[in-house]
Amino acid sequence: MKTLHPPYTLGHIEEGTPCCVPQPHLRVQDLSVRYGTKTVLSQVSLDIYKGCITALIGPSGCGKTSFISTLNKLIELNDHAEVSGRIEFDGQDLLRDPIDELRLRRRVGMIFQKPNPFPLSIWRNLDLPLKEHGVRDRQLRGQKIEQALRDVGLWDEVSDRLDSSALALSGGQQQRLCIARALVLEPEILLMDEPCSALDPLASAVVEELILRLRGRYTVVIVTHNLAQARRVANYAAFFWMTERVGKLIEFGRCQHLFESPGHELTAAYISGARG
Amino acid sequence: MADRLFSTFVFASAALVVSLMLWVLADVVIEGTAHFSWHFLFAEPADAGRAGGIGSILVSTLWILLIALLVALPLGLGVAIWLAEFTGKPSRFAPFPARNTGMTLDILAGVPSIVYGLFGNAFFSIYLGLGFSILSGGLTLACMILPVFIRTCESGLRAVNDDWRRGALALGMTQTAAIWHILLPAARPAIIAGLVLGIGRATAETAALIFTSGYVDRMPGSLLDSGRALAVHIYDLSMNVTGGDGAAYASALVLVVLIIVLNTLAQSLVDSWFKRRLAA
Amino acid sequence: MSDAVVNDEKMNKVMMDERGKRLINRTDQRLSLVLRLLAMANAILLALIIAFLVKESWPLFTDKGNGAWLTLFQSDGWHPLEGQLGMAPMIWASLAVTLGALALALPVGLACALFLQFYAPVALSSGFRLLLNLLAGVPSVVFGLWGLTRLVPLIASWQPPGASLLAAILVLSLMILPTVALTSAAALAAVPRELTAGATALGLCRKTQILQVIMPAAKSGILSGAMLATVRALGETMAVLMVAGNVVQNPSGLFEPVRVLTANIALEMAYAMGGHRASLFASGLLLTLLVWLLVWLATRMANNRCAANSHQMVSSHG
Repeated sequence: MKTLHPPYTLGHIEEGTPCCVPQPHLRVQDLSVRYGTKTVLSQVSLDIYKGCITALIGPSGCGKTSFISTLNKLIELNDHAEVSGRIEFDGQDLLRDPIDELRLRRRVGMIFQKPNPFPLSIWRNLDLPLKEHGVRDRQLRGQKIEQALRDVGLWDEVSDRLDSSALALSGGQQQRLCIARALVLEPEILLMDEPCSALDPLASAVVEELILRLRGRYTVVIVTHNLAQARRVANYAAFFWMTERVGKLIEFGRCQHLFESPGHELTAAYISGARG
Repeated sequence: MADRLFSTFVFASAALVVSLMLWVLADVVIEGTAHFSWHFLFAEPADAGRAGGIGSILVSTLWILLIALLVALPLGLGVAIWLAEFTGKPSRFAPFPARNTGMTLDILAGVPSIVYGLFGNAFFSIYLGLGFSILSGGLTLACMILPVFIRTCESGLRAVNDDWRRGALALGMTQTAAIWHILLPAARPAIIAGLVLGIGRATAETAALIFTSGYVDRMPGSLLDSGRALAVHIYDLSMNVTGGDGAAYASALVLVVLIIVLNTLAQSLVDSWFKRRLAA
Repeated sequence: MSDAVVNDEKMNKVMMDERGKRLINRTDQRLSLVLRLLAMANAILLALIIAFLVKESWPLFTDKGNGAWLTLFQSDGWHPLEGQLGMAPMIWASLAVTLGALALALPVGLACALFLQFYAPVALSSGFRLLLNLLAGVPSVVFGLWGLTRLVPLIASWQPPGASLLAAILVLSLMILPTVALTSAAALAAVPRELTAGATALGLCRKTQILQVIMPAAKSGILSGAMLATVRALGETMAVLMVAGNVVQNPSGLFEPVRVLTANIALEMAYAMGGHRASLFASGLLLTLLVWLLVWLATRMANNRCAANSHQMVSSHG
């Protein structure tokens, strides 16, 4: 097996953000995903580094979404999904060791393509998950909720109508609320499945700025079709491609490196817009 | 020309239907109010129902309905949740019990009410020894409304946005919490629709009750007493009692109003209960 | 509550849900267990219904009945007390009443749906819809009462005795009309707007639009509504019993009194014993079988529609 250890350079990333020491937070080895008889992802090995943003790029249908939903085991929602390989997180193999999925999903949050706030009030959208995770102190919950809403820059916009329905918010606000809902549980890792693709350009820019601010505090894995966006926010990038209808990881490396001097001709072609 | 003819047919049909329906309704209202009084509502029937009122019959009707709903609602909602949330999509690959449940329930929802009456008579009244009683009538009605209630709630739950299911699980919430706090409130319209259907069918039912809760028009002393339901009363007055038409129409008016009132009540109760849950 | 689950010894006693998936936390395990018990209770209850229908009609099929069940379908008379159990006239009457009601209610109900959906101004349409909903909830015994006191005398003044096949058909069609109209209207409303717009853009006249474009698109919804109405008409007891006259004879004319299967059960259950009682349960079983057939047909139609839809989706994806 060819190990994919790209040449890291521990350089200056951006002023003001903590230095991105490449320390694996999640280690994925030989991950394959099948739906029934159809293999969608084959033999993916990849490290997700702590405190960094890793962007997954590539054409539609090459298994990026399947990949990130194995990381919080949400793929089990699909009746016919079979996952093999190894995902190391905190000394445990997520696929084999008996793990508490509820705790795992608290530690590994997820944001979906379409904003999915619950049909509850803004406040209760954040209150409910906290309660479910056993935070009984009402005051503490209040503090956490306010902090999360401030973190996503929503507090000033909604603090006067916390009791109104979350569905009345605009698309961008809804998506930021969903991010706040994940953040309120104080996760270590955030999985984002094309978080901006359902938003208009302005809202998309706001969410992107928010993602940038998460860098350093959280480990973020983001699927995106927007190459410019990947380039703007990510420290690392992984390029997926479909060969013979099976998704594979073609190249992984420092984002800048991958975009400026891709090591694979498919990558070069994709980022120059020639294919996909 | 053909277009004109077609439009005429459509308008004529609508006019015909509206006038027929208004005729029925007007008859019930006019004939009903002519014989109606507050005394009629609370007095015991006398002279085979020609005189007196429907007090004891209303009490029996409400008891029968209460038993039917108490049995059918929790059972039906539980089965609906099980079908929609724990058995996956109905498909050829679904496990055995779930695969055939849908169609079985559809068939049972269509089985004539008189057949439920046969079953109730054979099982509750004779086999279980409950006799002709309010209890066996209520249980028979519970069996009758169960399939419809389950199907309505199940399809309502299945129609709930899958994003919310995924969102809840991705937050590490238990499936139980997701169902209780998010999916059930979101399926509220379907649950209300099922409830309204169930109440409507149970309150209106005649055939299934003749051989299970019986004809006795006295005030029931216990749930094991026979009690005459309002619909049975109307049937008896119009078929077996000469000169009972006035009382029959008044009873019919009460029955129609009762159904509307009960449905409105159920609707607002369920609505406010869920609303409180959503906001709190 | 979730934190307590982690190091639980129950962890290794993995529980599966119906899809063979592990349910990790105890809360979900408990819920699944309770719901499964409820589902089992429900299944037992429903199985009991069939079991008791069969059990009670069983005497008819055994040796002691001397092949009495064969006579069920003979037409030489219903004299249950003498052991003559020919139900054929009542089966024919049930079919005649049901088909007659459908023949009236389907075209008129469909026209009402078209009126609701395409012809009526909004205010009128919502009022009409309200009326239909109200009428759909009126108990059958009230329709029976109305038929008995208004329709039957009216027919009697024209062609005595009044209580007849015609009265039954008219009352029943009035009863199933709201169902037909409301389900058809829902099916018509589900037809995509683009289809209508496309037809208008082609300059088709309204009748052609409706008959050639919209109705075919809503066909399966309308048909399943019709199935629902058929099931209801077949199973209706009280309204028919009150206006049909209840004479056991082959339906030979619109003005002749008839007795349908359901009414027969309601009329004779009170004093039926032995083979007579068994024959009533057998007719209940027969009705259930007919409903089963209708539902099976409806499901097949619905499945065909789903298959067609998913096929479209697959091809648009691929």
